[in-house]
Amino acid sequence: MNKKPIYLDHNATTPLHPEVKKALTEMMEIYGNPSSLHSDGREARRRVEDAREKTATFINARPDEIIFVGSGSEANNTVLSMMSCPSNQCQMTRKMRNAVVTTKIEHPCILESSKCLKERGTPVTYIDVDEFGKIDPDNLRKKLNPNIGLVSIIMANNEIGTVQDIKTFAEIAHQNGSLFHTDAVQAVGKITVDVKALNVDFLTISAHKMYGPKGIGALYVKHGIPFCPLIRGGHQEMGRRAGTENTLGIVGLGKAIEMRKIEMESEEKRLLELKKILRAGIEKSIPDIKFNGHPTDCLPGTLNVSFDGAEGESILLYLDLEGIEISTGSACASGSLDPSHVLLATGLSAERAHGSVRISLGRENTVDEMQYVVKTLEEVIRRIRSMSTIYGRNIQ
Amino acid sequence: MNMSNWLYSDTVKEHFMNPRNILKDEENFLEDGKGIAGNIKCGDQMMMLIQVDKEKNTIKDCRWLTYGCASAIASTSVLSEMIKGMTLDEAYHLTPKDVVKGLGSLPEHKIHCSVLGDKALRAAINDYYRRNGMNEKIEIEEARIVCQCMNVTDHEIENAVLEGARSYIELQEMTKLGTVCGQCKDEATRLLGEYIQKNFPQKET
Repeated sequence: MNKKPIYLDHNATTPLHPEVKKALTEMMEIYGNPSSLHSDGREARRRVEDAREKTATFINARPDEIIFVGSGSEANNTVLSMMSCPSNQCQMTRKMRNAVVTTKIEHPCILESSKCLKERGTPVTYIDVDEFGKIDPDNLRKKLNPNIGLVSIIMANNEIGTVQDIKTFAEIAHQNGSLFHTDAVQAVGKITVDVKALNVDFLTISAHKMYGPKGIGALYVKHGIPFCPLIRGGHQEMGRRAGTENTLGIVGLGKAIEMRKIEMESEEKRLLELKKILRAGIEKSIPDIKFNGHPTDCLPGTLNVSFDGAEGESILLYLDLEGIEISTGSACASGSLDPSHVLLATGLSAERAHGSVRISLGRENTVDEMQYVVKTLEEVIRRIRSMSTIYGRNIQ
Repeated sequence: MNMSNWLYSDTVKEHFMNPRNILKDEENFLEDGKGIAGNIKCGDQMMMLIQVDKEKNTIKDCRWLTYGCASAIASTSVLSEMIKGMTLDEAYHLTPKDVVKGLGSLPEHKIHCSVLGDKALRAAINDYYRRNGMNEKIEIEEARIVCQCMNVTDHEIENAVLEGARSYIELQEMTKLGTVCGQCKDEATRLLGEYIQKNFPQKET
């Protein structure tokens, strides 16, 4: 009865890595303020800088290019807010330009910030994606003009897992004299990310998507890019993010990244194998389905699938009762009446978007679990379809 | 699994797990009236079939099917139990509030999903009247235009309340009411209050 649920929602958040837990417990004793000059302060400072070093190395950046922030959303908001801020500093950052290009499949924090930019008089345009969620470089080129200060494109999509060719997009943006930001919250820790190779100006990281704690993220800002803080009033983070450092979170992020460095490569292979089993099992046992996202340019552990005639929230909750935790693109699960904007952007019908679920795998999932999931999913879908007004029936 | 921490109340969960009166393909249920509500594009649809005791003018039996979420399934299951034996008139005038009461509780943003069952039921009752030449009994849900500029009716205001509008600004966002001349503001505000009171009386604490 009290069996531990099978957690398949790692794109929402991840459990803490046991090593991160240990590091956090130890860090709880280190209460010093990193800004204090005494030995307790210096000890905290040492640990914060150690985490910064680890974070920087992991993405091939310099430590002074890493700013610790409160979340991925804060990092994204910080970058976008510089595009409408009237301060001289921000005007310099965006080279007196005053427009932004982003995509239709961004995380809500980018889309909502963009809406806000628009209200402040900064034009924002949105690039379309193809049926797999991929962006055509020509579509980006078409949106560019000499007024575009920033291009922001999500590296790996949280809902469908599609991975974009960031290097090409950054190059196109730079040819136009625009800055380039990527929201890499779902990518860092799952696939190799190298800021030098990609040549991006800003990059967003979050700890809790890679077995680190919640409430801590990092923003990579390329050396030499004029920067204007979102949170002002302190010298912390070299004056780029005010507020006493979240030392516990920062150390947790550093440890999570240290563990990713060791485990990521082998886990990538293992997750791809698990996903293959899951995908093949679903394909074999459940008719009338559609897999969403790109078949190969995709995060290793992300599988998004639509079931005809079955509504996503009821799939989610029937699975929950069987001890399986997933997520859905259905409107009903979100509290709004609109299904996933990402799935709709790929051209999926509203009906199929309402019937979609996202399964996102992680380091603790096993082959046995995949078999149980396929079997349970088959039962749940059959059950929902048996009471469906639209599956295999014409009620009109 | 822990019963108490499940998303909704135990009653919702129980009906969700074992929905009553689902139409089975093999059972050849002959209905006297059929109603359909909702739209797949909005993520939910409901079909209700009723059998009527023509002597007593009561609902003898019913069956239903849905493409919908957990609360649509649970609330229609509860409704399908409630209406057996009810007169057509009583059943017709059931409100979402009555259904929610039968469920114990439902999160506010889920009320939208739970009204689908009684909409389909009203359509089924009207269908029964139509089939039996009782057209004078058919209740046309009269809607009155409140906002003349944007053509927004009192029904739309009530729907907005059911979908979460609690302030005039939210109502405006959802219906676009009062965004041109603004003359309807006072009446819309009054209706907003009435519909909140009507549909969510438990909130008055």
